[in-house]
Amino acid sequence: MVMFLIRRLGHGILVLWLITVAVFGLFFVAPSNVAQTLAGRQATPETIALIKQRLGLDQPVWKQYLDFIKNALHGNLGYDYYHQVPVTTIIGQALPITVSLALGAAVLWLLLGVFNGVISAVHPRSLADRGLTLFSLFFYSFPSFLLGLLLLYFLYFRLTLAGFTWFPAGGYTGITQGVGSWVQHLLLPWIALALLLAATYTRLTRGAMLDVLGEDYIRTARSKGIRERRVIVRHGLRSALTPVVIETVFSLPGLGQTAVVAINQQDLPVIIGIVLFASAAVVVANILVDIVYAVLDPRVRLH
Amino acid sequence: MTEASTEPQPLLRVQDVRKEFPTHRGEVVRAVDGVSLEVRKGETLGLVGETGCGKSTLARCIAHLYDVTSGSVWFDGNELTGLSRRAMRPLRREIQMIFQDPYGSLNPRRRVGSIIGDPFAIHGISKGAERKKRVQELMELVGLNPEHYNRFPSDFSGGQRQRIGVARALALRPKLVICDEPVSALDVSIQAQIINLLADLQKDFDLTYVFISHDLSVVRHVSDRIAVMYLGKLIEVSPTDQLFEQTRHPYTRALLSALPVADPDTADSREQIILAGDIPSATNPPQGCRFHTRCPKARADCVASEPPLEPVFDDDPAHRTACFFPLTIGEDLSTAVPELVDLPDREAS
Amino acid sequence: MTAALEVIEAPAKAIEGRSPVLLAMRRLRRDKVAMISLAVIVLIVLMAIFAPVVAAITGHPPNEQYRQIGLTPDGLPRGPNGTFWFGTDDLGRDVLVRIAYGARISLLVGVAATAITVVVGVVLGLAAGFLGGIVDTILARLIDVVLSVPFLLVAIALVSITGPSLSITVLVIGFFSWASVARIVRGQVLSLREREFVEAARSLGAGDTRIMFVDVLPNVLAPVIVYTTLLIPVVIVTQATLSFLGLGLPPPTADWGGMISESQNYYTTAWWFILFPGIALLITTLAFNLFGDGVRDAFDPRADRLR
Repeated sequence: MVMFLIRRLGHGILVLWLITVAVFGLFFVAPSNVAQTLAGRQATPETIALIKQRLGLDQPVWKQYLDFIKNALHGNLGYDYYHQVPVTTIIGQALPITVSLALGAAVLWLLLGVFNGVISAVHPRSLADRGLTLFSLFFYSFPSFLLGLLLLYFLYFRLTLAGFTWFPAGGYTGITQGVGSWVQHLLLPWIALALLLAATYTRLTRGAMLDVLGEDYIRTARSKGIRERRVIVRHGLRSALTPVVIETVFSLPGLGQTAVVAINQQDLPVIIGIVLFASAAVVVANILVDIVYAVLDPRVRLH
Repeated sequence: MTEASTEPQPLLRVQDVRKEFPTHRGEVVRAVDGVSLEVRKGETLGLVGETGCGKSTLARCIAHLYDVTSGSVWFDGNELTGLSRRAMRPLRREIQMIFQDPYGSLNPRRRVGSIIGDPFAIHGISKGAERKKRVQELMELVGLNPEHYNRFPSDFSGGQRQRIGVARALALRPKLVICDEPVSALDVSIQAQIINLLADLQKDFDLTYVFISHDLSVVRHVSDRIAVMYLGKLIEVSPTDQLFEQTRHPYTRALLSALPVADPDTADSREQIILAGDIPSATNPPQGCRFHTRCPKARADCVASEPPLEPVFDDDPAHRTACFFPLTIGEDLSTAVPELVDLPDREAS
Repeated sequence: MTAALEVIEAPAKAIEGRSPVLLAMRRLRRDKVAMISLAVIVLIVLMAIFAPVVAAITGHPPNEQYRQIGLTPDGLPRGPNGTFWFGTDDLGRDVLVRIAYGARISLLVGVAATAITVVVGVVLGLAAGFLGGIVDTILARLIDVVLSVPFLLVAIALVSITGPSLSITVLVIGFFSWASVARIVRGQVLSLREREFVEAARSLGAGDTRIMFVDVLPNVLAPVIVYTTLLIPVVIVTQATLSFLGLGLPPPTADWGGMISESQNYYTTAWWFILFPGIALLITTLAFNLFGDGVRDAFDPRADRLR
């Protein structure tokens, strides 16, 4: 058991390190004229060079990477180019929003999942059951941004026109400013995200998903059950952790939207910081999932 | 065979081969533990033993599908041990294998014509229409309808699939064919057909066989000589008739006694030797003679050291036995009582 | 010469040998839902191919802005009418024609990116699973890394750096998707590797490459085919999402994601602008998913699976 833990952790750290190298490499290999943008159109080459120096962009790439890693291990992910705000602060501000979104959606998703499970267990092959399958196919095919926009159209615009101002057009208010308002702003995004996740989950449990396809052919039924759940969790984690599109459509300044804005501004430290943070979260979550399943099923440890 | 210097060189010579496998727990399984034997051109050597005795492993060592841990394998004067895959390739045309599982040894997604034609394709021998012709000739040779060229293995019965395997093995006219339990997975009625097919082919193509089986009655029918294996070692090697008429090793006698006999009268009078216990662990084989834990005749000497494989009493030099207390002709083993006490891995018989 | 022996066993099946792929196709043909979705897909493909014909019929090229007749006096898009069957967009362009041309983008990227993904994924998955050793270690780690990275973010970042274009979009999507295919293939190969027919091939003298592609690959094909058909709609949606976020093709090229993005500011006033491209996208994705489900069921009919 201890051996398994060590192996798994080591594996995770290795993957994490590789991600930092890959991300850093990708972003720095691409030419960026951040310094130019910051300096403005009229800037002289000297000004640009000065800005470059101040941002540390004139150093060789590998040195920038080492500095970055050194700082990161001390909890410092750099400063954004435009306002010199620490990236950790930016992440800290955006994270609660994303977490609120993810948690609420997860709760809704669990409810939907229980409902789905009950129906398929108690009334298999009934009309309701088949309906659920069709439903899940329908929402699985729905692009996230379209779903968000349509929810806004029908549940915000049309309802508001009809006099029911139940939902806002977007934006976020912190929970400290009133739970009611918090829920109100997050409800539509929760519904959107939960529907999408539930659709994927339903398809998976009905033997329809991609990643377990190969497994169908080789695993026994019991271990397949375990595998399916692991894959669901992994899938769920991957998509729930960076709901970029939902945040953009509903104007929620969470990690996803912050990253998109940073990308448009070519604010490298922020981009790298968020990407690394999200990747690390996925890796850690996967490790946790694996540990949980290793505790539950000893055979997994022998993998 | 080892003595006569006037005789031509044996086609196959296995010299003190050992094959070990590591286990999960860090232990070592000695599947083959010091086996030496020779096979002359044109003869059939039967290799017999219970499941797990190492005969399949030995077969794969001979066919160079495994690398031996120590010892050497010589084929037609060439040493196979240590050969690289590239150097081994031309020799693969001479040594072929027929596998046990008619369902697993053929690729379910490939057509039969393609499977049989594989050897031609791999060694770049013939192509296109000519290859097809040769494949169909082979199919006819083994008793299959050449028009079924485009069918899949799933369209054939178990016996027919083995025929496909035989056809594939013979495509390049090998010299040595290792048959790894070729009929064990087949119905008894079909077994005879395949065995007869193999015998006919041997005559027609001057083949040399190593015929592996756990069933002595099958082996008796096809072999010129028989080697009996137990827990990775040879315990008796002999020309076929002598093995059955002058059985020397208790284990061989036990195997024989388990054979079904057609005549009910002789069946009743035949001694029934029931061996005590299961096969001991291959990671920690018994000391001395490996068989002593189940042997009805075990004595103290049997634990002290391993008996060498050599002729006993006044046997033919071709008949070798590894036993300190080999059976005399007519000895009744069913009444034997082992003279060992307080052995940890001994179970009460 | 041995005379041909009388084979006294059960005769081989009367049907001529059919490959599992062909068998699956037969099953597929009998699946009504799958066939209907296939018909829809064909229609969409036709619409894409004959987009210029649509433009000719309506008389409106896709990028032509009709500010006079296409927009209201306030400069807002006009709804569906006699001239513009699906209405106009914010620049007075014919929505119907743009949808037809948009199909080209979605289908092109869908097919191209999927093709790249599958080829790369299968080859690497075969290599990793079969060759084992250090090749497998490196590839397995690589797969882990690719699958741990938040795809959308990095894709957005990459495309924004390099500038949006058709080939970049295809490459970026392919770059992140191959890992899933490779993982599936690798898993399958790992178990196939121990099968006796692989051993038999070795005993015949076949080299690694030959065994991988001639013996192992056909056994991996079935799940790969199913995965491919189910991957296409995912790619289409991904491309639309990228386009929606502003990283699609440069304007004025018509593409569904971009159209929906442009429609965001007008959804209160011009419902057709968001709805028609949205429906087009949804129908396409649904059709591919339904068809993919059909393909999956054709290859692996399971009584316990519900449709």
